[in-house]
Amino acid sequence: MDRNINVLIVDDYRTMLRIIRNLLKQLDFNNVDEATDGQEALAKLRAGNFGLVISDWNMAPMTGLDLLKEVRADARLKNTPFIMITAESKTENVVAAKQAGVSNYIVKPFNAETLREKIEKVLVHA
Amino acid sequence: MPDGTPPEDDRIEAAVRAVLVSMAGDLTVKEAALLAELEGLGRTIARAKAEIAQLSVDDITGAHIPSATDELDAIVDHTAQATNEILDCCETLERLQGEVPPAAAEALQGAVTRIYEACSFQDITGQRIGKVVAALKAIEQRVEAAVANASGRSAPAAAATGPKTEGEELANGPQLPGGATSQAEIDRLLASFD
Repeated sequence: MDRNINVLIVDDYRTMLRIIRNLLKQLDFNNVDEATDGQEALAKLRAGNFGLVISDWNMAPMTGLDLLKEVRADARLKNTPFIMITAESKTENVVAAKQAGVSNYIVKPFNAETLREKIEKVLVHA
Repeated sequence: MPDGTPPEDDRIEAAVRAVLVSMAGDLTVKEAALLAELEGLGRTIARAKAEIAQLSVDDITGAHIPSATDELDAIVDHTAQATNEILDCCETLERLQGEVPPAAAEALQGAVTRIYEACSFQDITGQRIGKVVAALKAIEQRVEAAVANASGRSAPAAAATGPKTEGEELANGPQLPGGATSQAEIDRLLASFD
């Protein structure tokens, strides 16, 4: 598993971005960029070269699910591993994310071990 | 009313009252009691309508609700500030890990990780407070509309919103503990697609 990939984390809460960045650092992922909504994330993804997206759902002006759909519809980005980390835990949300092509789904509040396990799982299969 | 004509509802009430008075002599005891009940009910409704129309809606929509939403916003700001200070301390502790024996460094790392996990409360509480603010704003609109209807004014138009995306439709924020799906249940659900 390549830990030198660029990771984009997307969340409208800056404290959550900081927490995820620090947890990623503990896992030796040091190339981390941030966005605070789906629209900003999409612009960064299109301009850069990212090997993993970790995104919240509930953001404006573009939600995490809508970002995921844009990523999967983009010829260059469509295979990028995409993990949703969200407080949206209803079955319908998980099903919608899976149908849109999510690589894995973590419900908030989460622990560091769950984050490690899901990242390893999606990067091994990438 | 500007032209001195009583409102439609008042005219109906007066007409019903006139009919009841004219019928009073032909009624049985039971019917009279029932009509008295109905009359009382009519008076209660009229009084409630008058009270709604006299509600200090400007206090509610101009002061109480904005004040409540400001207080809630302040809670989010304060918790964000406190969380950032806690994270500052964690980052300092992580930098010190290299200066302590390996066993202590490992214990330090474990403790810092648990603090990071606990700090995600700020996101969850922030989202919950956001839901309360949205509910207060919806109440504000309903109160304005109810008062406008009771006093014969036209209700303020709701802000126009465009069609929602699927992501927006499904964005409901954190569920209450009893209604939330666990990570294990989500893992099982995802596995069922494979």
